[in-house]
Amino acid sequence: MKISFTINGQDQTVEVADPYTPLLWVVRDILDLKGTKFGCGKAACGACTLHVNGEAVRSCSYAVKFAEGAQVTTIEGLGTKENPHPVQQAWKDQVVPQCGYCQPGFMMATAALLEKIPNPTDEDIDQNIINVCRCGTYYRMRKAIHQAAELANNSTKE
Amino acid sequence: MKARLFTLFLFCAGVLFAMHWNRPKSTMEVVEEPPVVERENFDKMMSVLTHRRCVNCHPNDGVPKQGEDSHPHNFGINGKQDSHGFAATNCASCHQAENNTYSGVPGAPEWSLAPSSMKWEGLSPIEIAESMMDPKRNGGRTPDEVMHHLTEHELVLWAWEPGVDAQGNPRETPPLSKEEYIRVVKAWFEQGAVIPAAE
Repeated sequence: MKISFTINGQDQTVEVADPYTPLLWVVRDILDLKGTKFGCGKAACGACTLHVNGEAVRSCSYAVKFAEGAQVTTIEGLGTKENPHPVQQAWKDQVVPQCGYCQPGFMMATAALLEKIPNPTDEDIDQNIINVCRCGTYYRMRKAIHQAAELANNSTKE
Repeated sequence: MKARLFTLFLFCAGVLFAMHWNRPKSTMEVVEEPPVVERENFDKMMSVLTHRRCVNCHPNDGVPKQGEDSHPHNFGINGKQDSHGFAATNCASCHQAENNTYSGVPGAPEWSLAPSSMKWEGLSPIEIAESMMDPKRNGGRTPDEVMHHLTEHELVLWAWEPGVDAQGNPRETPPLSKEEYIRVVKAWFEQGAVIPAAE
């Protein structure tokens, strides 16, 4: 079965035997975009979070057939080294990662949050950023999320 | 002649009085009691609508329930402000239009909590039926629309194809077959959608 979608701005068509193949495996194993991580495989930990049509989804639990015609964004498409997304910049500034494995998922979830709520409160963060970090970097992440909101708002004003 | 007529009159009056005296205590009560078959349909329908496959998403506290033990949804998800969840983390973040056999995440079209006015958790079958038929609580639906919702909506009928859980175990289905459920729901509506009096 062929499935076509746009990923990080580029059109792609993939062929899969099973239309229920998780989008995560297509992204990692077929398209070789390794930034999106496998964590639990049960849509619980959020390490596999990416965007489909601007919405954060758990790609380990997202059948690739649902991506037909969609706009998919992974951590590789969020920003560049030269022009990082405000979330990526804040993550660097706050030195958030420890082991780093879960961080792409957190950053994608945060980027989606800021699109919906440009100035999230701590309660907004608690409700929407429910990924799991075994290193316990939550405190630094909270600071980074607030900073990312500030950076994004400042760049909008400019 | 007059005496015979008077005797006949007394006899007829006595017969009428006896008939009246021996009739059921209250004709109204008998008429209001739904026929047995109607109550059977109601009870069968409610055996489904009170099942956790239905009630888990009709909570009384805005918190979706999950599993056979109806525990609160993981991750602090709630639908108190929006029956689809939070702004950036909502039902569709994990639930798609179909069950996901690999992850065990259930899915169906329009996956969401029932609106808060449709809270069934903790209600008796009669209270659920009253809520279900009340336009102020059922989303303004007419009885016909309620019947179609109950028998045709894919999210409702998902209860018979609930997939597997995160451990790969099949989720429990309601106590009636889908076909039997649809039959008794339609029959209940065709017979006037009579809600039995509270016992």
